[in-house]
Amino acid sequence: MSWFSKTFSSSIGRKLLVAVTGLFLCSFLVVHLVGNLQLFKGDGGASFNIYSHFMATNPIIRTMEIVLALGFIFHIYEAVVLTRRNKSVRPVAYAYNRPQDNSNWSSRNMGLLGTVILVFLIIHLYNFFWRARFGEPNMIPIEGTEYDDLYSVVVQSFHLWWYVLIYVLGQIALGYHLYHGFSSAFHTLGLNHKKYTPAIQKFGAFFSIVVPAGFAAMPLYFFIKDVVLS
Amino acid sequence: MAGNNPNSKPMNLTLKIWRQKNFQSAGKMETYQVKDISPEMSFLEMMDVLNEDLLRQGIDPVAFDHDCREGICGMCSLYINGRAHGPERGTTTCQLHMRKFNDGDTITIEPWRAGPFPVLKDLCVDRSAMDRIQQAGGYISVNTGGVPDANEIPIPKAIADKAFDAATCIQCGACVAACKNGSAMLFVSAKVSQLAMLPQGKVERKTRVENMVAQMDKEGFGACTNIGSCAAECPVGISLENIAMLNREYINATFTSENV
Amino acid sequence: MILDSKIPDGPLAEKWDRHKFNVKLVNPANKRKYDIIVVGTGLAGASAAATLAELGYNVKAFCYQDSPRRAHSIAAQGGINAAKNYQNDGDSVFRLFYDTIKGGDYRAREANVYRLAQVSVNIIDQCVAQGVPFAREYGGLLANRSFGGAQVSRTFYARGQTGQQLLLGAYSALNRQIAYGKVKMYPRTEMLDLVMVDGKARGIITRHLVTGKIESHSAHAVILATGGYGNVFYLSTNAMGSNATAAWRAHKKGALFANPCFTQIHPTCIPVSGGYQSKLTLMSESLRNDGRVWVPKAVGDNRNPNDIPEDERDYFLERKYPSFGNLVPRDVASRNAKLACDEGRGVGTTKLAVYLDFADVIKRDGVNTVSQKYGNLFEMYEKITGENPYTQPMRIYPAVHYTMGGLWVDYNLMTTIPGLYATGECNFSDHGANRLGASALMQGLADGYFVIPYTIGDYLAQMPAARVETTHPAFKEAETAVRADVDRLLNINGSRTVDDFHKALGHIMWDYCGMARNAEGLQFAKQEIRKLREEFWKDVKIVGVNEELNVTLEKAARVADFLELGELMVDDALNRNESCGGHFREEYQTPENEALRDDENYTYVAAWEYTGANQPAVLHKEELKFENVKLTQRSYK
Repeated sequence: MSWFSKTFSSSIGRKLLVAVTGLFLCSFLVVHLVGNLQLFKGDGGASFNIYSHFMATNPIIRTMEIVLALGFIFHIYEAVVLTRRNKSVRPVAYAYNRPQDNSNWSSRNMGLLGTVILVFLIIHLYNFFWRARFGEPNMIPIEGTEYDDLYSVVVQSFHLWWYVLIYVLGQIALGYHLYHGFSSAFHTLGLNHKKYTPAIQKFGAFFSIVVPAGFAAMPLYFFIKDVVLS
Repeated sequence: MAGNNPNSKPMNLTLKIWRQKNFQSAGKMETYQVKDISPEMSFLEMMDVLNEDLLRQGIDPVAFDHDCREGICGMCSLYINGRAHGPERGTTTCQLHMRKFNDGDTITIEPWRAGPFPVLKDLCVDRSAMDRIQQAGGYISVNTGGVPDANEIPIPKAIADKAFDAATCIQCGACVAACKNGSAMLFVSAKVSQLAMLPQGKVERKTRVENMVAQMDKEGFGACTNIGSCAAECPVGISLENIAMLNREYINATFTSENV
Repeated sequence: MILDSKIPDGPLAEKWDRHKFNVKLVNPANKRKYDIIVVGTGLAGASAAATLAELGYNVKAFCYQDSPRRAHSIAAQGGINAAKNYQNDGDSVFRLFYDTIKGGDYRAREANVYRLAQVSVNIIDQCVAQGVPFAREYGGLLANRSFGGAQVSRTFYARGQTGQQLLLGAYSALNRQIAYGKVKMYPRTEMLDLVMVDGKARGIITRHLVTGKIESHSAHAVILATGGYGNVFYLSTNAMGSNATAAWRAHKKGALFANPCFTQIHPTCIPVSGGYQSKLTLMSESLRNDGRVWVPKAVGDNRNPNDIPEDERDYFLERKYPSFGNLVPRDVASRNAKLACDEGRGVGTTKLAVYLDFADVIKRDGVNTVSQKYGNLFEMYEKITGENPYTQPMRIYPAVHYTMGGLWVDYNLMTTIPGLYATGECNFSDHGANRLGASALMQGLADGYFVIPYTIGDYLAQMPAARVETTHPAFKEAETAVRADVDRLLNINGSRTVDDFHKALGHIMWDYCGMARNAEGLQFAKQEIRKLREEFWKDVKIVGVNEELNVTLEKAARVADFLELGELMVDDALNRNESCGGHFREEYQTPENEALRDDENYTYVAAWEYTGANQPAVLHKEELKFENVKLTQRSYK
């Protein structure tokens, strides 16, 4: 085995891949959130639709999409390999165990949280990405050009209470996942220092609340504005 | 009652203990009663009382590992009521005292559970995997004699203290036992960090970390996912920071060492 | 038998260098033809095994623990002495030598002690090179502290766990040789007999503690580094598994046992709390720097210590020894605590304890300062007793801690059996009748790293490299004998547990051969031990079989040996009609209750020869010559 494959099949090497891809996915979350904030602009979806069009057609973004997909795949694959391996280490379970006395629930349940997020992601992709790319949404003219009216797809989806619920639950799972994952990734990369680690941990907690809250605000916004209040 | 503490009343306890004849056989939990346990007893002295009782009845006593009984040799283990070394933090089983329990309690006692720690009998497990990891590189390659004067290389006090903190590991295996993943990273990181911090250890730091991690994986320990149970249950307070340092050492070594 | 200590000629300071030049060497290419067995992996054993393997010998190392790193050297707290004179306070090799000889009450061999002091400086260099994290000053250089029995700061330390750090250094060196294949390690394996071929030690018989498998191991020489025999007393600061079996069985094969009655009782231990007690925990001697020792003046005063007014307390050490006060040597402090308790003034429910009070220093320096100095120790005390030493005085009582006696060895550390060596606490050589603090670690490592690697070569160079196969009748015979012993124990099927016998022996030893001894008590003890031994072989209860992890069987074999060794200790104490160091005979004391040495008649090492079961041991004397120090009476008034 070459040193390279040896490194990335070692326990630390695999963790390293999970951490690097995880941080990459965090950066995606930021871009995705900032872009989607256009939903709140109150211009009838014009900005959002133009933004969506840009994202769907720009060649750099399209290339990054592939990188992003690979990021997800690696993140999930490595995590699954590690989880399976870790599960096999304890063939006989404890009859009585109290891990809650020594660790956080989220840290112990990253696999579960990741699975919930994955399920959410599939639903999310099917509903928006798939339909935007391969479906045939209505067209809407904005400043003389015809755009796919994805805004309406979003607004209509978020009028369904169960759909909103799936989103909110997905974001709660994401929040817990990030709460452990963000600072943990730095730890795995060995980036730890008395001076900076407390700040990373604080920022990680902040990140794990703000990003999912931002995403969850979108379905809730439309549901409350259009369904609850009308 | 030993000292001037008037509140020490003897206790009666129910013990649920893992019994397993040997490595090959299957084991199961058995229930025993112990009576008149003084709160001044250590946990292992309570086990001694149980064993004397069993012996008098002609029953094979419960085998458990222990030696120094002062919290330093690392031989005692036991997963007590769902916790490595029992409910008290920063304490080995031998230093745990019965005053932490109440009359009428049921106490569940199990061996360390991990594939690389096979049960030898009852509560004794084989921890030789940890020795083999140490043999893979947990040393500085100097022969006896021919070394420089001890004061030739000054070491900043802060570094020496930090290296010492890592060096306090007693190799008991509680980190592995408590970890959801059965990872031995805290143990390995303690030795790697100690030697990587000291000037004497820097010479071999890359080869050391590569070899020790390879051996750790070979022994079948799990991968660390930064849960933190290990450090929380470590009786001598080895910090999670050491694992970050191990990661750093490993990444640096594997990408820059000459070992292809 | 004439005991030849083989001390080299020449002035004291040149003996070791001359000897090193005069010993025969084994050619580097020939070393791989020689096998050496090392039993025990504490400081003395691990350091010897690693160093011999580095030199090229094939080493087999054995320990009863599950890992060599758990040997009881690990529990040493205080530090290790070395004559480095880093503090520029007038230390020197000669001063360390002098302090050690005087501390041992002039019952140790000058040449050995001088060599110990000489190599002490190399030990520190070696340990630092191995990565031992000794305490350091802000400038990055090594820190020192002072310890009992010395007026210079020469003790190197690693917080309160110097023993663990030094042992981990030796363990790492050992691991390196295991990885190279030069040392074959046998953990969870206990030596049960020594095998002799043509009058020489050529191997051992072991029992694997998990499978019960009894095996033969052959070698050209055998080193016993198996520690002391403090567990004869049942309660001691030794580990639960510490035992004398290897040394005792070697003794029964012909190795003389020297000064068995020299046992060290440490004054500051946590007292016994009840009959279930399995082990005693030492509190570092450094506590006596600031703590004040006292008992109530009145007999039977059961008040809470904080309610006893100042003028009703007896600070007996300060009263009797105004110049040294609470800092008198270990033996003096221990004996006086016992005296106070004998008078009925002991404290706590068992009445076998005295107070060690920190109220004054807390008032003077504040809680913070005290906790910085002693925080760890206070925490440990609270963990064990449930009492807070910041608010009420600690209770302490002396406990058996170290045994100065052991297998008799010559200057080369060879016992009276050719090819059998004893190192560390297992031998008798360096501490006389009393060991100074921080000297045990020094001796263990000196023997293992710097003495035995030279001296064993001298022996091996003079013997053929041909191996003795384990099929040799001597091995088969020894194996059969060991099996028979095991079967004998398993077939007794009595009613009393092993621990029961061990506790009974401990009581006899503590009461009659402990801190203070007298002829009448010792004679009584001898009879009691014999009775107990007889009963043991009739009535001990062991369940299970040999072919399994059988803890009771292991213990029974060890206790059987303690029951014999205990009697020899009593014999030795009876023979030595003087008081010196840890051996205090009540008949021989000054009017102020101080130890009274008899230099005219007892300046010798008492080495005992085994002559058979229940036969009287035969005494051999090695006269001690003091050419470099003047014998004086210790006074701490």
